[in-house]
Amino acid sequence: MNALPRADALGLIGCHVCGQVCRAAGDEEGDGVQSCPRCGSTLHRRKPAAYARTWALLIAAFLMYIPANVLPIMRTASLGDIDDNTILSGVVELWVKGSPGLAVIVFCASIMVPMLKFLALGTLLISCRRGSGWARRQRAKLYRLVELIGYWSMLDVFVVALLTALVRFGYFSLVEPLPGVVYFGLTVVLTMFASMCFDPRLIWDGKEDSDD
Amino acid sequence: MEASSRDIAAAAATPALLICEQCDTVHSRRPLAKGEVAECARCGAVLERCRGMSTDATLALVLTALVVFAQATLWPIVTLGLNGQYVAATLWDMIRLMWFDHSQVVAVLAAATLFVFPLAKTLILGWLLLYARSGRRAPGFRTLMVGLHHLGPWTMSEVFVLGALVSIVKAHLYFDVIPDPGIYAYAALMLLITLFAGMDLTRLWDETREENVEAAP
Repeated sequence: MNALPRADALGLIGCHVCGQVCRAAGDEEGDGVQSCPRCGSTLHRRKPAAYARTWALLIAAFLMYIPANVLPIMRTASLGDIDDNTILSGVVELWVKGSPGLAVIVFCASIMVPMLKFLALGTLLISCRRGSGWARRQRAKLYRLVELIGYWSMLDVFVVALLTALVRFGYFSLVEPLPGVVYFGLTVVLTMFASMCFDPRLIWDGKEDSDD
Repeated sequence: MEASSRDIAAAAATPALLICEQCDTVHSRRPLAKGEVAECARCGAVLERCRGMSTDATLALVLTALVVFAQATLWPIVTLGLNGQYVAATLWDMIRLMWFDHSQVVAVLAAATLFVFPLAKTLILGWLLLYARSGRRAPGFRTLMVGLHHLGPWTMSEVFVLGALVSIVKAHLYFDVIPDPGIYAYAALMLLITLFAGMDLTRLWDETREENVEAAP
């Protein structure tokens, strides 16, 4: 297993943006700014302040996630009848009246994916900070999964926006967005930034021996 | 620009090492066959992939995507009917209404992820490929490649397609739903985007060569 050398140990840096292999300048621990000779982006041995930034954004996202779920995201008014929907009640409505299959998709995108992101990034942050050698390959896969599916949570925001644009029948029927949808949109954006700030290379730092 | 000189230049420019961006493992690079994917031995991430498509074919797809994108943006997506009254909406109606309905954040998000970023991505890709056909770097290559990298996951047309589907099912409970051309354009756009998603853009750095007129407009 020692046949796989790491760039850091060899004094090399891979550019985040263009993948160029660069030689790390001078002292490895120094904070001197070095930029990629090919694309001009700043080179980092590891993403700067990955723990602090990811934690900060993740906590901010979680704070937004509470009103996103508690507050209604959409108001349906027809013939003076007002009905406010939260994310969860929207899923239930779709399950009962529409199609259960689509309800499962919306449930996954709006409720499971954000929860998975909080849990996954939290787990990664804590285990990496402790230098844990536990299930490294699986954790690396988990991070890639979070990156891949993260933006699908925007689904419900687009549904509310499109229904607002479509259901404009005055007194007969009207759909309006409510503040919950704004908080939900912010949750998605903040979790996306959080997962970008995390550096998956931290998974492989720390204790080398307990690896498979 | 003969093919032979171009190939030699590309081969000389191809670096011998690859660093996995996910785990920092150094790999020695070996040439890939068409459609082949190199994976990291340590963490399993994709190191690089050789696209099975020629530059010309990709450029053709980009141009198609541009036409389809214009249609998806300008044409109405769905029409709803209630008691003989009909309302149709385009993407821009949606953005405008969110802005005036106290959801400016949503309006900005939708405008950025469904219009500005996808358009920028397609235009930049087309511009770069137009020059890459002959192994050249387009004016502004460096800046545009970095920009393309940062646009990354911020284009969400495919999420919007699913959102439109959910909206139709929800609206169908109370209204007559008539699908408009825009929704078909979006479906086609979704397929095209999936084809692009398999592209490894970083290879453009190796496949093209700097010209001595970088500063020219």
